[in-house]
Amino acid sequence: MTTDDIILRVEGLHKSFGSTEVLKGVSFTVRKGETKVFIGPSGTGKSTLLRCINQLIVPDAGRVYLHGEEVTHAGAKINQYRAKIGMVFQNFNLFDHLTAVRNVEIALIKVKGMKENEAREKALFELRRVGMEDRADHYPAQLSGGQAQRVSIARALAMDPDVMLFDEPTSALDPELTGEVLEVIRSLARAGMTMLIVTHEMRFALSIADELLFMEHGRILESGSPAELATSPNFERTRQFAGRFAEL
Amino acid sequence: MDLSAILIDWLPFLVTGIIATLGLVLSALGVGFIIGLPAAIGQVYGSRPVAFLINVYIWFFRGLPLLVLLFLFYFGIFPAIGLGDVSPFVVGALVLGLHGGAYQAEIFRGAILSIDEGQMTAARSLGMSRTQAIRHIVLPQALLIALPGWSNEYPTVLTDTSVCYAIGVAELLTRASVIVSTEYIAMPIYLACAGLYLILNYAGMKALHLLERRVSVPGFESGSNWT
Ligand SMILES: Nc1ncnc2c1ncn2[C@@H]1O[C@H](COP(=O)(O)OP(=O)(O)OP(=O)(O)O)[C@@H](O)[C@H]1O
Ligand SMILES: [Mg+2]
Repeated sequence: MTTDDIILRVEGLHKSFGSTEVLKGVSFTVRKGETKVFIGPSGTGKSTLLRCINQLIVPDAGRVYLHGEEVTHAGAKINQYRAKIGMVFQNFNLFDHLTAVRNVEIALIKVKGMKENEAREKALFELRRVGMEDRADHYPAQLSGGQAQRVSIARALAMDPDVMLFDEPTSALDPELTGEVLEVIRSLARAGMTMLIVTHEMRFALSIADELLFMEHGRILESGSPAELATSPNFERTRQFAGRFAEL
Repeated sequence: MDLSAILIDWLPFLVTGIIATLGLVLSALGVGFIIGLPAAIGQVYGSRPVAFLINVYIWFFRGLPLLVLLFLFYFGIFPAIGLGDVSPFVVGALVLGLHGGAYQAEIFRGAILSIDEGQMTAARSLGMSRTQAIRHIVLPQALLIALPGWSNEYPTVLTDTSVCYAIGVAELLTRASVIVSTEYIAMPIYLACAGLYLILNYAGMKALHLLERRVSVPGFESGSNWT
């Protein structure tokens, strides 16, 4: 493996909100095509970590590199980096005043400067990838949660990102709707997308992760491959945490 | 001369007042929009000094009675800056616009603030600048949300225009008063005048309702029950 394979490098991220230290030095590297899954109790800084990667939250210390270029302290260039880091939110955050296809194409037009017809073609292609082409003209209010989340994945994918960040993509969904979203994410993994996923779906985490990272109190406490989870001493605390989930 | 003959005689004179009245309404809504929307944006996204100045503007124009504003501008400010011979209509239109802008700013500010912060976050995550996110994502939604409240300004503004009587703008009420003082018949003339206001109210509300229906987006239904 060469360093060329490394898409994302995160070094010593620290972040405090007021007197609460939420990230206490988080570091890891992500190789091309890799899927890292972050698990851990509520309030341990998983969302904060993802948002520090694309600078939606500016970390107090530490650095983030995308293809060796520093994303932290990027100044106005940050918008170019963000365009290469796809993000999927728990609450979808689809643009409520735009149809599904407009949601997907608007950043292509406004950020990438694509022509309308070119952007439309690309947007429809991405909607097809997530099985939402037939809902292209629906507004977010007319979509189910699972459909909305699939559109939001298409919206992120359309930018041809180097890495995708998923922050609990199924937590706001009714149980019967999580499957369709997880299936889309699985298909991305098969297609070689590089992904960081925060989730509470343990079964999904185990099945998709190349590396499982257990976070607690602002640190990565334990990490390793899912195969190690059941037996390795690397995962004692994780097992204790995951033991609460019936599916394990 | 009997009453109906007098009414028919003067009707064109009275109805012409509609032009001035509608001019004042359009100015109050139009100038008010041109001022109110940027004011709201400045309040929400601007620096502290900018937001402060806008707050002073809103405080001033909402804090003073419309009649006081009108006298202040017509007899005070305009003459003081050497514009004493500007027509009452222009002064009235401007004051109504500034006054309306202050109210509209509050409507738009509320609408902007009501938009989930996740909309801005998602826009930024895609690489949009803050300005792009405001322009393409936040403002269109804020306008949709503000529309019913904004439409509600119309009947208020329409009735407000009659205050311009006090500086002699030749609008509906002024013309009605001229007829009354010429013919010495009050009731039928003021009734006709009132009727015209009600017709203008109805027509305007109808038009705004059509506009609301036209631009309506699923998820942003106005909930207004005016038909
Ligand atoms: N903008 C903010 N201002 C103040 N405190 C914040 C802010 N964002 C997050 N926090 C706090 O930081 C801590 C970590 O939050 P974060 O959302 O990163 O946790 P999480 O691991 O994603 O939790 P969950 O599993 O519930 O999503 C929490 O205590 C939270 O209250
Ligand atoms: Mg979270």
